[in-house]
Amino acid sequence: MALPQAKLDATQARIAQLEMPEGAAWSNAARQDAASRLRAMGLPGPRDEYWRFTRPDALNAPEAPSAAVLDAEVPPLFDDIDRLRIVFRDGEFDAMASDDLSLENLEIERLSDATSKDIHWAKDLYGVLETRGQTPVARPFAAMNTAFATDGVVLRATGKVSKPVSLVYLHENTESDAILHFVIRVEEGADLTVLESGPAAARFNKCMEVEIADRAAFHHVRAQGRDHERLAVTHLFARLGEESTFKSLTLTVNGRLTRNEAVVEVTGDNAIAHIAGAAVGDGDFHHDDTVFITHDAINCESRQVFKKVLRNGAVGAFQGKILVKAGAQKTDGYQISQALLLDEDAQFLAKPELEIYADDVACSHGSTSGAIDEEALFYLRSRGVPSAEAQDLLTLAFLAEAIEEIEDETIADDILSRLEGWLQRHRSA
Amino acid sequence: MLKINNLHVKLEEEDKQILKGVDLEVPAGKVHAIMGPNGSGKSTLSYVLSGKDGYEVTEGSATLEGEELLDLDPEERAAAGLFLAFQYPVEIPGVGNMTFLRTAMNSQRKARGEDELSAADFLKLIREKAKSLEIDADMLKRPVNVGFSGGEKKRNEILQMAMLEPKMCILDETDSGLDVDAMKLVAEGVNALRAEGRSFLVITHYQRLLDHIKPDVVHIMADGRIVKSGGPELALEVENNGYHDILAEVA
Repeated sequence: MALPQAKLDATQARIAQLEMPEGAAWSNAARQDAASRLRAMGLPGPRDEYWRFTRPDALNAPEAPSAAVLDAEVPPLFDDIDRLRIVFRDGEFDAMASDDLSLENLEIERLSDATSKDIHWAKDLYGVLETRGQTPVARPFAAMNTAFATDGVVLRATGKVSKPVSLVYLHENTESDAILHFVIRVEEGADLTVLESGPAAARFNKCMEVEIADRAAFHHVRAQGRDHERLAVTHLFARLGEESTFKSLTLTVNGRLTRNEAVVEVTGDNAIAHIAGAAVGDGDFHHDDTVFITHDAINCESRQVFKKVLRNGAVGAFQGKILVKAGAQKTDGYQISQALLLDEDAQFLAKPELEIYADDVACSHGSTSGAIDEEALFYLRSRGVPSAEAQDLLTLAFLAEAIEEIEDETIADDILSRLEGWLQRHRSA
Repeated sequence: MLKINNLHVKLEEEDKQILKGVDLEVPAGKVHAIMGPNGSGKSTLSYVLSGKDGYEVTEGSATLEGEELLDLDPEERAAAGLFLAFQYPVEIPGVGNMTFLRTAMNSQRKARGEDELSAADFLKLIREKAKSLEIDADMLKRPVNVGFSGGEKKRNEILQMAMLEPKMCILDETDSGLDVDAMKLVAEGVNALRAEGRSFLVITHYQRLLDHIKPDVVHIMADGRIVKSGGPELALEVENNGYHDILAEVA
């Protein structure tokens, strides 16, 4: 089907600003393929079903709208955690600021190095999971990412990796427009944790493709940067093998626009996929979680837990789907999306979807939005807890179900302290 | 300790007068009980004293050791030494019972200009108090009142009271929903807290709680007023004859 002229023009204008990096024949082919898919699907518009809640204009614009760098002392995250830091400054790998890229049971290569080699394991994944994730819902920014990503790393875990890999995204240039791509393969029986933190750029497009082999585990915790004006569109594509585990939590504080898509395909029996998000926004804040989990194996469990705290005109959106294919018996699917609206100007939009083709499954979903529980607030105050603190306590309690998805206690404490900081800075007058 | 003078209260949302001139004084170290039929304003009195939203005081005052309570926020009343044991303790998912109690204690201490209690001292104290109320470690760890039985909730209220050591305790139908054994346990918890500097106002429908928590004075409340006051024998009279005779007598 031909695209409407306006969409075609917008897509052309955007692509005209981008340069496709050169590499080995296979990577050039993957990038060319992604570019033609992008041209065919076009950039998103408000009439597209999965873009009704979120206006893509700022993401579509040929030039990144400028975004001020946060003028505040931001306490570093994950500092108490022994980790291997890989630093990107406005979307460019910074070797000096990064740790030595070597760790037992882990191969780390810069994307440009990996994609220049004629023979490389990443060939089987780069743009491959992303392409699979384009059906049935088009994800133009992911295709754009595969075609035009300028930097990133590829990681291959071959055993238990002793410490987390920490991707640190610094934002220093108010005009930066970054496209990063990550390819991760967790081999059979291996175990890897990846942390992400920082605002990254004025406009950030990130794509992560993760293959989790049989009996492997992948843990992912991300804290998106505090810069108020930044824009981000991110995609996480994961494919799970037998008895594998995938757990991901994203914390979002601030940001004018964030669209986080997660596309999870459970292809091995007895696998577990948990994906969670906690987002807190005040004022000019639009946060969109779009999740698609496909069950294509027996006796697997998936959980989607998304919580948003919104005030003062902030908008939260959730589009979450569980697709259970025929034959994916004994699936246990759970989905909850909730918003705590701290005043009457905040808005929450939700579209939960279940599509089930197997008859012996248990799937549940729920979506709620509401204010602070006045009864609970009074109970706390009647015991001497001041109103603001009581409200913080109840807000953290509301977010707890998402934060609980983090298995490592030190990491969870870090995430909690960041939330506490936000709450203290954004107390009602 | 607690002095209520000519207290008039209406609902904020509708033009309905609930309390129509309550006069009551509970001296230090005493236990007073309030009994009365449904809708007489007993629970309203407890909520107004503790500062719940939704009520408007149109006249009168309530002081705790001379300090006007009605001007204070609920947390300030708590720090001043007021405690309400709720008829229906609120469930708070996501907030651990221990975290809740420690936050409450330290908030009150801070408000009074006292040092916060260390984690170790707090633990020692709560273990000791919980033991006598038969509250196990699991109940302390669970979210506040979530999944607690009726009896567990009420014991948890008394535990809070024991930890916070208030001067003025209001018990709002603490006996409701309790079987005899649970009521005895709760009453023992309350009796253990009786002290010279601590007063109690026990609100109840039934005399049986007063078998276990012996009151010095019993007040009968009807239609927003205290209509009769007397000794413990007044509770027995209610138990035997109901409110009808007493109300007819004062009408």
